Amino acid sequence: MHRDLLKFMLFAAMILAAPLAFQGGYLMNVLVFVGINTMLAIGLNLLLGYCGQISLGHAGFFGLGAYLSGVLSTTYGWNPWQAMPLAAVVVGSLAFLIGFPILKLKGHYLAMATLGMGIIMYIVFNETIDLTGGPSGLSGIPNLSIGSLDFDSDVSSYYLIWSFTLATILLTLNLANSRVGRALRAVHDSEVAARVMGVNARLLKVQIFALSAVISSLAGSLYAHTMTFISPASFGFNFSIELLTMVVIGGLGSIYGSFLGAALLTLLPEFLRAAQDYDIIIYGGLLMLMVMFMPGGLVRGVPDLFRRLLKKGGDRHA
Amino acid sequence: MLEVSGITQIFGGVTALEDVSFSIRKGDITGVIGPNGAGKTTLFNIITGIYTQTAGRVVLNDTDVSGLPPEKLVRLGLVRTFQNIELFGGMSVLENVMVGLHTRSSSGLLACSLRMPWSRREEVRIRSGALKWLEFTGIADLAGVTAANLPFGKGRMLEIARALAAEPVIILMDEPAAGLNSQETLGLAQLIRRIRDLGITVVLVEHDMELVMDICDRIVVLNLGRKLTEGIPCEIQENHEVIAAYLGDDD
Ligand SMILES: Nc1ncnc2c1ncn2[C@@H]1O[C@H](COP(=O)(O)OP(=O)(O)OP(=O)(O)O)[C@@H](O)[C@H]1O
Ligand SMILES: [Mg+2]
Repeated sequence: MHRDLLKFMLFAAMILAAPLAFQGGYLMNVLVFVGINTMLAIGLNLLLGYCGQISLGHAGFFGLGAYLSGVLSTTYGWNPWQAMPLAAVVVGSLAFLIGFPILKLKGHYLAMATLGMGIIMYIVFNETIDLTGGPSGLSGIPNLSIGSLDFDSDVSSYYLIWSFTLATILLTLNLANSRVGRALRAVHDSEVAARVMGVNARLLKVQIFALSAVISSLAGSLYAHTMTFISPASFGFNFSIELLTMVVIGGLGSIYGSFLGAALLTLLPEFLRAAQDYDIIIYGGLLMLMVMFMPGGLVRGVPDLFRRLLKKGGDRHA
Repeated sequence: MLEVSGITQIFGGVTALEDVSFSIRKGDITGVIGPNGAGKTTLFNIITGIYTQTAGRVVLNDTDVSGLPPEKLVRLGLVRTFQNIELFGGMSVLENVMVGLHTRSSSGLLACSLRMPWSRREEVRIRSGALKWLEFTGIADLAGVTAANLPFGKGRMLEIARALAAEPVIILMDEPAAGLNSQETLGLAQLIRRIRDLGITVVLVEHDMELVMDICDRIVVLNLGRKLTEGIPCEIQENHEVIAAYLGDDD
């Protein structure tokens, strides 16, 4: 337990020190997105990696959080700090209600149902033009602020977002190593045995689905208040797949893995500017390669690779 | 203690069980035997709430528990192990047994995420409780091993340890000796007696006749979904119908 806390402290220190190394600038902006995507990937990972239930519609919860926060604070003049938790509560409750019927389904059927859920939300963002501005988007969303401190610069946004991301990491690490975390993994490995041991699998799945939606909604609100402009294009099916790719590439059932996956998939396009139009192909390809050659994701695959390389080197010497 | 009456189970056109009734006495080791396909596992699935029977009742300690789901039944003290081992393969041996203490603990989503003091205290209690059952079943040295990597025999022990961690009043074991070597089977017989000595009622589905005759106080015989007979081991051994049922089969 102590080692885990130490590991987290080191990670947090690294994150907090990063702006010093980059001296602001363009990369800071990208690192803000790494933070948001890490939250999203962790949310999905709780559901998929820990509990073994797929969702192809999580971009919808992200978008719903963003729009609720955006519309409340822009059109209705709410304080963003009030809009954000309200959005999270609404999205969490909605997920809870959707979760009960939908999570009865398994495998392909659950994939299809969540896919449909995401598509419906995307259509709503597009069609409720009076509220959301439709395809042309919603602009002029206010930044979050504390007193006179406005989170509008790269560095201040970075610290704002990463405070939320680090809190998410810490809380979900706690969760993963607890009674509830074990119950989640038990449902993943053998639902029938988990039930015989007293785990209410049905309720637990719905709870974790709702929690995962709440995290996505918070990430959405943060996104809206940082970007100050949102449009439906950011919350479509493509982004759900991108999130799935982050989770699988980083490592199913690993919180730090979700950070790795999010970081890789957020930074990669910045270095592959030319390939921008082919991003979905690159994600698809990466997903296939990972599943074939590193099913445990980067967090497990890379140390494994090193171990194997070292061992081979050792054999040659012997 | 446990009473089943008039249990009938029809799958599509197949009648897996037909009007099966018997009762199990507190503190006994009761064997349920019968040729392959007799309906033993189906009976266990009904008693433990995994299937809902077509007809009939299950009564546990004078309460009708028919149709209750497994997660409720374990709270009334009923647990089981599986014919095809059902471990939590990705988790360590210790963690598997810690899940066994799920009903003996209560920290929820929020308390666990925030590591509240009481949930941390509970975690310590869960861990030491789980270790106790690993020691009881003789696999404490494997605590850190990932369950999927366990040898088969140890996996069976782990399933029993996990079930005992729920502190049941009655445990149903579906062919616990299947796949064990003779040494391991002897150990299992000892273990089952020690479980009974804890005051836990044991119901055992088993094909290993030597084991059954050795440790069971009573035996219920199923054949083709019907109860053939029941009695003490020496009665069963000499029952012509039972012998015929087994000879008719390949066993
Ligand atoms: N879910 C199911 N759907 C359809 N038929 C089933 C189902 N479960 C069991 N059966 C049928 O019920 C009958 C009894 O099966 P069961 O598994 O209970 O036998 P068993 O006594 O446990 O046999 P074994 O000794 O081989 O484990 C079999 O004919 C089986 O095919
Ligand atoms: Mg069977």
